[in-house]
Amino acid sequence: MTTRIVELRQGILKKNDELARELRERFEAAGVLVLNLVSSPGTGKTALLERTLRELRGRGKRVAALVGDLETDNDARRLAASGAPVRQINTHGICHLEAEMVGKHLDGWEKQGLGTRDEGTETQRSEAEGCVRIEELDFLFIENVGNLVCPSSYDLGERVRVALLSVTEGEDKPLKYPTLFNSVDAAVITKMDIAEAVGFEREAAHRNIRAIRPDIRIFETSAKTGAGMKEWLGFLEELQR
Amino acid sequence: MHELSIVASVVDAVTESLGEYPGARVVEVRLRVGALAAVVEDSLQFCWGIATEETEMKGARLVVTAIPVTVHCAACGTDGELESLQSFTCPRCGEPAADVRSGRELEIEAVEIEEDSGASGVSGAGGASAKVSG
Repeated sequence: MTTRIVELRQGILKKNDELARELRERFEAAGVLVLNLVSSPGTGKTALLERTLRELRGRGKRVAALVGDLETDNDARRLAASGAPVRQINTHGICHLEAEMVGKHLDGWEKQGLGTRDEGTETQRSEAEGCVRIEELDFLFIENVGNLVCPSSYDLGERVRVALLSVTEGEDKPLKYPTLFNSVDAAVITKMDIAEAVGFEREAAHRNIRAIRPDIRIFETSAKTGAGMKEWLGFLEELQR
Repeated sequence: MHELSIVASVVDAVTESLGEYPGARVVEVRLRVGALAAVVEDSLQFCWGIATEETEMKGARLVVTAIPVTVHCAACGTDGELESLQSFTCPRCGEPAADVRSGRELEIEAVEIEEDSGASGVSGAGGASAKVSG
């Protein structure tokens, strides 16, 4: 019996990383800015996105969204009401999106045209007729599965990763989930309209976010009242330039 | 928890890379896991038993080397190991340090295998991605 050591030195998520790299090149070539939104369940990713899609469209931007959930297309229905093309990715139990899932849904878009659905029902309608391709978009938002752990490991080919944190979750969330908060490029504090009622400590939240990611941009929004949307949308347009 | 899918990826990658060692038995698989990789060793170990149960890797050890987070400090120009994941500051001068140099690793480092002494495959072993020693 001979024992030997075979050195591999390869990334465990090599396949995902390679796919993500290809997607990133494709997005860049297409001139579409892709953002990956991550947060725990219930933070308000969908609410922020509903308003963001609507307001960006109002500014003449061409926007679309991919939304990940374990089950249901409820979020996609909500988002489609903004008039933007939306597609649901159901992960069926997987707690995060992977590059392959994103890649598959982009191909579907190109063939079927934006705003149509994989199977049957007539939800996710949009004004888009025929074939809209990612080349025709300014922004593509990817709403990840609500989870503050696993999405941090999976590159989706996005250019910007944004973490959301609501005022009800506790100001120390970034300290509890440093692996995710350290991996993002910007943070949005949501539900600011109820900040006072729930005793939200603004300074502590900012301090904790910056303790984990010192150079990060932080926004404060209320998807309900529209507070802070101007700064957030300004940031998005700035990224696009 | 995504450790099961991580472990499944390890099993696939190891199986694939050992194609050139027919009949070899996997004794040990060594991983390098950074403190920022969002993966918990206990959970990896638990999933390893499940994921390898029906494979030729059944019974193989999973050895996980934890890689600490090191940051580069723009203020004092040094690299240092983070004392705590609760504060990304330079361990030397205390300034905020956003430039992470290590700690995101999620890698298969090496695989230890056993072969019958008479087995072929020694010459020409070691493809593009596999280097052999020992």
